[in-house]
Amino acid sequence: MSDRLLVSTRKGLFTIERSGGGWRVVGADFLGDNVTLFFHDQRSGNDYAALNHGHFGAKLHRRTNGRWEEIAAPAYPPKPEGLIDRDGWGKDIPYSLINVFSLEAGGPDEDGLLWCGTIPGGLFRSRDHGETWELIRPLWDHPKRQQWSGGGTDWPAIHSICVDPRDSAIVRIGISCGGVWETRDGGETWACRADGMFAAFLPPEMSRDPNLQDPHCLVQSASAPDRLWVQHHNGIFRSDDGSANWREIVDVPPSSFGFAVAVHPREPDTAWFAPAIKDERRIPVDGKLVVTRTRDGGQTFDVLREGLPQSHAYDVVYRHAMAIDESGDRLAFATTTGGLYLTEDQGDRWREISHTLPPAHAVRFAP
Amino acid sequence: MARIVFTANLARHIDCPANEAEGATVREALEGVFRTNERLRGYVLDDQSALRRHMAIVVDGKPLRDRVALSDPISAASAIYVLQALSGG
Repeated sequence: MSDRLLVSTRKGLFTIERSGGGWRVVGADFLGDNVTLFFHDQRSGNDYAALNHGHFGAKLHRRTNGRWEEIAAPAYPPKPEGLIDRDGWGKDIPYSLINVFSLEAGGPDEDGLLWCGTIPGGLFRSRDHGETWELIRPLWDHPKRQQWSGGGTDWPAIHSICVDPRDSAIVRIGISCGGVWETRDGGETWACRADGMFAAFLPPEMSRDPNLQDPHCLVQSASAPDRLWVQHHNGIFRSDDGSANWREIVDVPPSSFGFAVAVHPREPDTAWFAPAIKDERRIPVDGKLVVTRTRDGGQTFDVLREGLPQSHAYDVVYRHAMAIDESGDRLAFATTTGGLYLTEDQGDRWREISHTLPPAHAVRFAP
Repeated sequence: MARIVFTANLARHIDCPANEAEGATVREALEGVFRTNERLRGYVLDDQSALRRHMAIVVDGKPLRDRVALSDPISAASAIYVLQALSGG
């Protein structure tokens, strides 16, 4: 069980701890600053926080032995003179770090190795706990990268990084909008793995192109790693063969649109989602905040609402803002309107931890 | 030597007192400051060493013209203000 929860918000990083059966906010770091991600590295014990200052750019900070220090942020190489580099819609791609959009540990056998996904679409790796970063050139230089586009952001965003628990050289990433990509050799070669996904918002001849898909969030089962779940712009998709093929999960009440997904650490058929009305509105259906849960691989869903606001709730849960702990019983999510909700029984009952936090980007449990 | 003043809001993140630097252009003057304060570079300039999108520089009362190469000329009596653009929020 994890008794500590870190919430990254528009105005700081908040620490919530469990004590005496209750959960309360016990600390705030970077108060007033835009903290976009938090990540605890179980191998080293280090904490990492990504900040994005409106004026001064995206930064990374690392906490070692209780003390935060700024470390290097990934930097793009100089754009070659005269190079035309445009995204799928013809917009010039900046060779510049716009935002850190995912940050994950390498495998347990890769001490100090971190992966970092960014906007405008570069994947970076550090081998020294974030002291230095290298752009993964085989992916950046892949000709298909120029078909990617922004989805909710101006430029492509690598938002999900899944290191295969069986083999650290196998890494899958989710891109809005660029589908799911996989390397099986630690980043040397890459292939798009989104067959079966579709994008209803594109013309028919483009809608099933794997490289144009908009997975909002990609997660991998720790106990059955060939099982992956995606909350996609067009619904929920599941893969049973390590992302080679995907199939849509249909008839999901009250909506299959959303951003976040969490999978149980030992039950690959059990996953949670935070639904909303899609596209033009992006608010909970009927103003009722709910979480959906499947225990049978997506054949049926429970709509979980006990303890969640059921009247005029307009919270949206961003893609990084729902988390599950290693027990599989505790989940938490935070919202765009400053709500923080937690369950200790897999979602049957929720408790409100706060409704006055700043708008939330991300939630993580930590030891 | 030209005088360079940084927005006080930057001081919350990084030590950057007003400074004096030599040079014929804004670029040269800023590089003189960054040589002794490397971390400051990333707060003012982006990966390509252009002025960050939501930063602004005023030289002797006039907005910087060349936001990419920072080639605007300065004199020994120039005052350079590094500011936040309101576009950044």
